[in-house]
Amino acid sequence: MSKYTVNVNGTQHTVDVNPDTPLLWVLRDHLNLVGTKFGCGIGQCGACTVHIDGQPTRACLTPISKIGQSRVTTIEGLHPTGEHPLQKVWQELDVPQCGYCQAGQIMTAAALLKKNPRPTDAEIDVELAGNLCRCGTYLRIRAGIHRAAELGVKESI
Amino acid sequence: MNEYELENASRRDFLRKSTLAGGGLVLGFYLNVADSAAKRVAKPATIAESSVFKPNAFIHIAPTGKVTLISKQPEIGQGIKTSLPMIIAEELEVNWLDVQIVQGDLDPIYGSQSAGGSRSTPTNYQEFHKLGATARTMLILAAAEILRVPDTELFAKDSAVHHPASGRQLIYGQLVEKAVSIPVPAPESVKLKDPKDYKLLGTRIGGVDNPAVVSGKPLFGIDVQLPGMLYATYQKCPAFGGKVVSANLDKIKTLPGVKHAFVVEGGNSLKGLLPGVAIVADSTWAAFTARKQLEVVWDEGPAAAQSWAGFSAKAKELSEQAGSEVLRNDGNAKQALEDADKTVEAAYSYPFISHASIEPQNCTAWFKDGGIEIWAPTQNPEAGQKIVTETLGIPKEKITLHITRSGGGFGRRLIPDYIIESAAIAKQVGVPVKLTWTREDDLQHDQFRAGGFHFLKGGLDDKGKLIAWHNHFVTFAHKVVKDGKETLELGSGANLSGDEFPGRWVENCLLEQTPLECNIPMGPWRAPRSNVFAWVFHSFIDELAHAAGRDPLQFRLEILGDKGFIPGTGQQGIPYDVNRMKHVLQHVAEKSEWGKKTFPRGQGQGIAFHFSHLGYIAQVAEVTVSKDGKLKVDRVVVATDIGAQIVNLSGAENQVQGSVIDGLGALMFQELNIEKGRIVQSNFGEYPMIRIADTPMRVDVHFLKTDYPVTGLGEPALPPLAPAVCNAIFAATGVRVRQLPLLRTDLSWS
Repeated sequence: MSKYTVNVNGTQHTVDVNPDTPLLWVLRDHLNLVGTKFGCGIGQCGACTVHIDGQPTRACLTPISKIGQSRVTTIEGLHPTGEHPLQKVWQELDVPQCGYCQAGQIMTAAALLKKNPRPTDAEIDVELAGNLCRCGTYLRIRAGIHRAAELGVKESI
Repeated sequence: MNEYELENASRRDFLRKSTLAGGGLVLGFYLNVADSAAKRVAKPATIAESSVFKPNAFIHIAPTGKVTLISKQPEIGQGIKTSLPMIIAEELEVNWLDVQIVQGDLDPIYGSQSAGGSRSTPTNYQEFHKLGATARTMLILAAAEILRVPDTELFAKDSAVHHPASGRQLIYGQLVEKAVSIPVPAPESVKLKDPKDYKLLGTRIGGVDNPAVVSGKPLFGIDVQLPGMLYATYQKCPAFGGKVVSANLDKIKTLPGVKHAFVVEGGNSLKGLLPGVAIVADSTWAAFTARKQLEVVWDEGPAAAQSWAGFSAKAKELSEQAGSEVLRNDGNAKQALEDADKTVEAAYSYPFISHASIEPQNCTAWFKDGGIEIWAPTQNPEAGQKIVTETLGIPKEKITLHITRSGGGFGRRLIPDYIIESAAIAKQVGVPVKLTWTREDDLQHDQFRAGGFHFLKGGLDDKGKLIAWHNHFVTFAHKVVKDGKETLELGSGANLSGDEFPGRWVENCLLEQTPLECNIPMGPWRAPRSNVFAWVFHSFIDELAHAAGRDPLQFRLEILGDKGFIPGTGQQGIPYDVNRMKHVLQHVAEKSEWGKKTFPRGQGQGIAFHFSHLGYIAQVAEVTVSKDGKLKVDRVVVATDIGAQIVNLSGAENQVQGSVIDGLGALMFQELNIEKGRIVQSNFGEYPMIRIADTPMRVDVHFLKTDYPVTGLGEPALPPLAPAVCNAIFAATGVRVRQLPLLRTDLSWS
């Protein structure tokens, strides 16, 4: 066991865990931030997507020992009051069905919009390729990203 | 009263507060209240207990005017937590924004709480109208007393009762104290709204949990956290039904974070508590990590000799013999096939597949004082309670079951195997325990959609009319003991009905069925049976249409014929309204411009229809297949007839589009192989699922409004997708797909 201090959503947290413990389980079991989901544990489903220094990253494959001084952002910290354009649009268009994958979808989409404020369908398909949705909400995910882009996501984040 | 207080008030406390302080109008509260329920903890709906007047347990109006509605059905992504309360709110004349929805625990007061078979809407639709209308009537009667005017001069609107003659109005909160003393009116005296006056039903309402979903709030079973909780993992035998001979428990107990490690004896039921080894640790990761060092010696049992290759070979062998059971025998199919102008023969097969909900199976349980409290993402809480009583001997009244949101269901969570595993582990450790299955556990220990083999022959007369149909279906069964005798019981979702289309339609029709014994767990997968039968039968019908040189739409309309309404047969053949099906078929043809478009080679349209779960659905798919065989579904057009009213337009559209995409994913990719009695694939790397790039750019959904009763939509839009796409592939390329998944078939053309 080792002590690690990590910056999650702007707050420093210290945990005492094995060095190989994935960030996913530190968030869920130790910090009680359960918005980041467990789906496969091998980086295939994207349900655990968080931002590390702004880059979309699979928390299930990221050992706590590798985070160092990097800033971790989870769905809980994407926007201080949960009003990121994607969070608003996801409600406006009623994107979720079961909702389990949607935190990962939103985190991936947020990173996409930051680097590409007006993505095409093809660019969305490439960037969101790593996020599974078993309910099949992909049509509304595409529509939601376009709508958030219209709302001028770049200015608001 | 906020939600937290409501959840934690015991019934007795609640009643006292309500009556003495006018704390709230709780409909159903007037009935005799059973004491037993008051002893339970954390009940969101600590209202009245009666199976006679259960409707009224769903509504709570506080003196502040806040309206709380109980959602009794499990929410698995089908939108029921939004749609059923919408029905109450419509009749109650309450502003939707004033309404709070609370998930009910398992409680007999709510009636059935199982979410399966697309039944939640049809079985509750009328009753939920009555619930809301009863409450509205009582509020109007209360206002009449307060205002001293006849109730006929009053009407309810926007969470208030209005008296137009005097311009006075009373908001619902002001009526609560009086309404508590109004007797519940007889159900037949309550007037339901005229559908033309609906303000909420048929509109687009977002899911009530969406704000929590998009901000990452705890919602799902896997999100449950309790003080002092431990985390469990459970290793079962990879070969189904195997038993533990020995395990290196002494070593496991020394590993970091591990608090307990023990063998669970388990039983023989593939749907129950199977033998295995539990590891309980202070974190999920500690449990998973310790499990990597677990060494178990298994007695694998009879499953170890079974494989998909073996099943396939056996099925082919059996197909050359008579079926062990004749499901239907109309006319003389064999003679008609001999006499036919043309015959077509084909074998279709499909593999076992997983439900693969992205939230793996999990359950939290806390055994204390001889009772158990359970938090489960389940479609079938009653089954969870029952199996805990039967397996662990904990009486029903000592089981509290909280229904959490489920990260997908698709039929998987109708089976409570993961609930009993969690409860059995919790009973040993005495503190709250969350059992989380790994993805590997989830994929390899599912209650699988059964594979199957169909050996088909069809005959056409000289006018190209379908006159003969013979199917020998080789399917899967488990050996069971019934009345002291060993017998084969067909797997769940693995049984063909003699009434399944085109049975009842073709004059010479022979349907045979032969089971293969296996030890593979089988369970309902979204639109059980239909999800594969529609593909097989509508693909083969397409083959026959092309053999006859007929238009696939006209060929189908001719088969449906003029039978009109076909009554139920007592088997699985429930009444079938041919006119409704022809209506959706013609509608989808019109909307997709069937037969009016010309496509270059490599592109085409396919059509199919299916009746299941009381829904009449037809679909047309448009596809492009590249020369090297890459498929792109460009557009799917869907026409549905699910009765007189769409409850939530947004949710309904989501269900249809989701069904299309889900059906496409199963068609294109999903396949499990079986070797040595175990599943070969272990995670999404080897078990591909549909991703965003394979999603059609357009899925057009048309809801036909008819005069029929309102029915469900979680399942019936899925089955026609696979045959519509495969028939489109044939139109585009001339390649006929007879084996699932699609990636087994070379679609390239030149």
